[in-house]
Amino acid sequence: MTAPLLDIRDLRLGVAINRSTHHPLLKGVSFQIMPGEAYGLVGESGSGKSVTSLAVMGLLKKPLAIAGGEILFKGQNLLALPKREMRRLRGNRIAMIFQEPMTALNPLSTVGRQIAEMFVLHQSKSWGEAEKLAVEALGNVRVPNPDRRAKNYPHQMSGGLRQRVMIAMALACDPDLLIADEPTTALDVTVQAEVLRLIKELCAARGTAVLFISHDLGVIASVCQRVGVMYSGCLVEENETRLLFADPKHDYTRGLLGALPRLGSRSEHGRQRLVDIDSIIADRSKLTETRFIAPRGPEGSQP
Amino acid sequence: MLRFTLRRILQVIPTVVVVALLIFVIFSVVPGTFAASLFADGKRAADPQMIARLNEEFGLNKPLMERFVTYVTDLAQFDLGTSFRTRQPVIDLINDRMGASLQLAIAAMVFALVVGVPLGFLAALRPGSVLDTVTMIGAVSGLSMPQFWLGLLMMYLFALQLNWLPSFGYGDGSFRNLILPAVTLGVTPLALLARTTRAGVLDVLNADFIRTAHSKGMSEMKVVRWHVARNALVLIVTTVGLQFGSLIGQAVVIEKLFAWPGIGSLLVDSVAIRDIPVVQGTILVIVLWFLLINTAVDLIYAAIDPRIKQE
Repeated sequence: MTAPLLDIRDLRLGVAINRSTHHPLLKGVSFQIMPGEAYGLVGESGSGKSVTSLAVMGLLKKPLAIAGGEILFKGQNLLALPKREMRRLRGNRIAMIFQEPMTALNPLSTVGRQIAEMFVLHQSKSWGEAEKLAVEALGNVRVPNPDRRAKNYPHQMSGGLRQRVMIAMALACDPDLLIADEPTTALDVTVQAEVLRLIKELCAARGTAVLFISHDLGVIASVCQRVGVMYSGCLVEENETRLLFADPKHDYTRGLLGALPRLGSRSEHGRQRLVDIDSIIADRSKLTETRFIAPRGPEGSQP
Repeated sequence: MLRFTLRRILQVIPTVVVVALLIFVIFSVVPGTFAASLFADGKRAADPQMIARLNEEFGLNKPLMERFVTYVTDLAQFDLGTSFRTRQPVIDLINDRMGASLQLAIAAMVFALVVGVPLGFLAALRPGSVLDTVTMIGAVSGLSMPQFWLGLLMMYLFALQLNWLPSFGYGDGSFRNLILPAVTLGVTPLALLARTTRAGVLDVLNADFIRTAHSKGMSEMKVVRWHVARNALVLIVTTVGLQFGSLIGQAVVIEKLFAWPGIGSLLVDSVAIRDIPVVQGTILVIVLWFLLINTAVDLIYAAIDPRIKQE
């Protein structure tokens, strides 16, 4: 068996309230991603998907702080890495795409220059060479007229194009792992499908592993081979995508699946009511480690 | 870009016209005339015959409409009129004083820029640090201190006590004479610049694209140089423009205090004796200066931010 590319072990992090107290957000999350594998993290807002990805990138901002655990990337613990070493990996070996293509690009700089930065930073290219490579990178994400588009500013592009620019930027240095945090949530549905296909095909062709974060099970299912379901700072279930859909083990997963609208399914009233997950997201400080799902779940059962 | 520039410059014209009319209206309703103030020595009433003769000479006895038409036709030929007191063309009087005024305004602005912007930048990069706290306390004090009082304190300390610098006057136009008035005048824009720079930089640092920049593996230095600086510049340029434009007007008090021969002190002296053509001319020049700076700021904006040119 090959060694995992990313191995997250018992990751704990939280909001530091003061020196002694710590409000936990991740309560011991562990999962592994194999080289070239697409792994999905699914869960509702506030379940801890995004902070997990930020922790891997080393981009946690105060007052968020790691409380324990390890993030092993190619066997190297990222949490113990000096800042300079981490910077060398970030963008180069581990790259990230964010949710909002509208605001994730610098409005005062051409997209070509913003992609070129990657080559200047990690491959010590001159700006001239880097800009040429940036045009090439835009072509790789199937942006039409890449040489003209490279001179565009972000406001001259549509949301879909900007997200392609983000993808071109993230894949510029051929990273081993791409983290995509809700990359299509802000886009409309047709563009969503194109961008998803692009990520899937490019990563498959280059053997790039993907950590794909979404609240949308449908999106996850179309991209990922394996899925982890997060709820309230814990990974409650993990399985191959196909098996998870066929046989969800956990109440919360069943709830999530039930909340998906399905084509063609109707009740006697001509319209099917979606299953909703009871109650708002629970106050984490009141949940015990073992019973955190208890106040919720459509059947009211216990985990 | 050329069309944008032309449009911005053309937009100045109607503003100047409206301002010129406003100035005329205001000064035709203020009480007191040049003739009356010239003869008033506080002991006896001025000789009405003398007043009438002077009014005749300056055309002040003509009906308002007629004076208005003269004013506008003269102005259209760039003629600001003749001073009642010195009988010189107003434009010459202003010309003589403009150099000193510009010197003072530019020196004050350079001082404010060189100190205020770096302070604001550093404060924003380390919010809550000692430097940040000290800078912001200093900025609030600088903003709330009356300029004439600060000027007096500076005079007392650096001229009278330490004897480092001349206390007032233009002297032979040397740099030493410029320091005290320029620093005094520069304190307000400096404080404002430090505050707006800090706020602007903090705002940019929280933007999503800064997180993107960090995710690319950039050092903090590079993030600041490549992504923060230019974006923060927009707000800084606005503040500089507004401050620079109003600096010549603000300088009235400082010029008077330091006996600086700029157009500010010319204005004050002329108002005191109701030398209306000089007052009108001076105000018009100050307004024109303000508009000019504003136009320049708009053009600089367009150069910094590609989104503005498109509109």
